[in-house]
Amino acid sequence: MSALQDSVTRAPAVAAVPKGNIALGYLTSTMVVILLFAVPLFAKNFVIFQMTIWLIYAIAILALNILTGGSGQFSLGQSAFYALGAYTSAILMEHFGVNYVLTLPVAGALCFAFGFLFGLPALRLSGIYLALATFALATAMPQILKLGVFEHWTGGVQGLVVTKPDAPFGLPISQDVWLYYFTLVISIVIYVFAVNLLKSRTGRAMMAIRDNEIAASAMGVNVSLYKTLAFGISAGTTGVAGGLGAIAVQFVAPDGYTIQLAIALFLGMVVGGVGWLPGSLVGSAFIVFVPNLAEEVSKGLSGAVFGAILIVVIFLVPHGSRQVAYKIQDIVRKIRK
Amino acid sequence: MQQTDVARAKAPLLAVRDVSVVFGGIVALNGVSFDMHRGQILGLIGPNGAGKTTLFNCLSRLYQPSKGDILMEGDSILARPAHRIAEIGIGRTFQNVALFPNLSVLDNVRVGTHSRTRSNFITDSIRPPWVGRAEAATTKRVDDILGYLDLREVAHVPVAGLPFGTQKRVELARALAAEPKILLLDEPAGGLNHEEVYGLGDLIRKIRDDRGITVLLVEHHMGLVMSIADHVVALNFGRKLAEGTPAQVQSDPDVIKAYLGSKDA
Repeated sequence: MSALQDSVTRAPAVAAVPKGNIALGYLTSTMVVILLFAVPLFAKNFVIFQMTIWLIYAIAILALNILTGGSGQFSLGQSAFYALGAYTSAILMEHFGVNYVLTLPVAGALCFAFGFLFGLPALRLSGIYLALATFALATAMPQILKLGVFEHWTGGVQGLVVTKPDAPFGLPISQDVWLYYFTLVISIVIYVFAVNLLKSRTGRAMMAIRDNEIAASAMGVNVSLYKTLAFGISAGTTGVAGGLGAIAVQFVAPDGYTIQLAIALFLGMVVGGVGWLPGSLVGSAFIVFVPNLAEEVSKGLSGAVFGAILIVVIFLVPHGSRQVAYKIQDIVRKIRK
Repeated sequence: MQQTDVARAKAPLLAVRDVSVVFGGIVALNGVSFDMHRGQILGLIGPNGAGKTTLFNCLSRLYQPSKGDILMEGDSILARPAHRIAEIGIGRTFQNVALFPNLSVLDNVRVGTHSRTRSNFITDSIRPPWVGRAEAATTKRVDDILGYLDLREVAHVPVAGLPFGTQKRVELARALAAEPKILLLDEPAGGLNHEEVYGLGDLIRKIRDDRGITVLLVEHHMGLVMSIADHVVALNFGRKLAEGTPAQVQSDPDVIKAYLGSKDA
C-alpha cells in the first residue's frame, strides 16, 4: 500500500492509477448497480431525467479517462466528438427515420473514425500542445455545425428537435424512466468494456506508452497505432454519449457543444480521479449537480460559488474521488485487521 | 577483414557491417564492424563517448546509421521501425532502467510479451473466453519468468516503489518475456554495489546457459566484462580499437593507451 500512497502524493504529469485499481471490486460494483436500478422506484421524473444526463456525462468522462488515464494524452476537444455523435443520432432519427437504438452504434463508429483520423496529426504533439490542438477542434465544431452547406441536415443555428422514444413492448413506465434504464444499461456495458480494455493487452500497451514511449516501442508496441487507437476509442465512446444526450434532451443545437462542455468533461475527469474509471460517475455528478447547488446558494453569483467549491475540492483532494476511495479502502482494511 | 568461406560456414547471428553514425558533423561511430555468434557473451567496452551507446541505439533502431548495415540472421534490420525489432528476436534493457513505473511488476513483464502475442481492441473489450484463455497463458508464461528471476513476491507491486537492483531484474524479466535470441544489455552494472555486480554476472551467464540467449553487454565495469565475456570489442572515439578474447583485449597496447592515456596524449 505504501508504494501506492507514494504514487498518489508524488503527482506526476499524468497521475496514473496502478492497473489493479482501475475498477471497483465485484461487491461494490454490484451494490452500485442495484442502487442505480432501484432509484426510479423512489424518484420523481425530473430527478430521473437529471440522473440520465448524469450517466451520459459519466460515459463521456469515462471516454476521456481512457484517453488521458490510459494512454496519457490530453484532450480539450471532447465536445467536438460529443457534438458529432449527437448530430449523427439526431440526423439519422429525424431525416432518415432510423430507430434511436440503431443510431448509437453509427454515431460511435463515425466518431471512432473521426477521432482516429484526428489522432494521426496529433501524434506529433504531446502534453499541453496536444491539449491546445484539441482545443482548436472544440472551438471550430459549433461554427462548422452552423455552416450553410450543412444547414439542410443540421438545421443551422436553430438545431434539430428529436422525438423522445416511448418505452417499448408496452411497458407501463414513463419515457423518462425508460430512457434512464436504457442509458443505464448502455453505461454498464461501456463501463465493463472499458475495464476489460484497460486490463487487456491493448490497455497494457497504452499504459506502457503513457509511462515510457521508448521502452514501449522496444517491447514491440506500435506507439503511433496505439496512440491513435486510444483517440479513436475515446472519440467513439464520446460519440455514443453524444447520441444518447441528443435523445435524452430531445434537441441538438451548435451552442450546446461549445468548448465549455469540453472543459466541463475535463473537470469531471480530474474531480473523479484521472485513470480511475468509477470516478467518472463522481466527476459527472460534480459537473451536473454542483452547478445547481451553487445556484441555490446564490443566484447572481452561482459561477463564483461553483468556482469556490471547485477550488476547495482540488485543495482537499487533488486526486479526486479516487483519493477518497483509496482512503476509505485503507480504513476498511485497518478495521478488518 | 573478410573471412574465408569455411570460417563463415557458421554464419553470425548478428553482423555489424561498417556502421557509421554522424550527428551534425560529429562522427559518433566510424566504420565499426564485428560479428556476434550464437550463444556468445560479447562485451562492448570503451571510455565515455566511445560510441557504445550510439551503436546500441542503432541496434534497437533508435538511431539510423548514415553508412553500413546491421544484419540479423542475414537480413538487414535497418528497414524496420523500432517497434518491429522485438519480433525478430532482439531484446534490450536500458542504461538507467526504463520501466513503466505505474504498472505492477507482473504488468511490466506482460508488456514484454507484446511482440509474441496478438489481440485487437474489440475482442479485448468484449473479452470472449478465448481472449481470457490467451491472457491466462500469457500470465502463466510471465509467472515462470518471475519465478526464474525471483520476482514472484513483488509481482503485484508497482515498480516505482522497488529498489533499484530489483527494478533491474524486472527489466531483465521484461526483456526475457519477449523470447529474444539476442539480449542487449546497456550498462547493467551501473548503480549496483560490488556484490550485486557479481550476482549479475552469474545471472547473465545463467540466462545464456539456460535459454541459449546471445548477449551483447555494453559495460563500464571492466571486472564484470572480463569475467563473463567470451569475446570483447573495444571502441574509442567511434572506431573499433581492438577485438578478441578478454585477455587479448586487456593486453592490447591501444586499449591500455585509451584507458590510461599515453605520454603524448
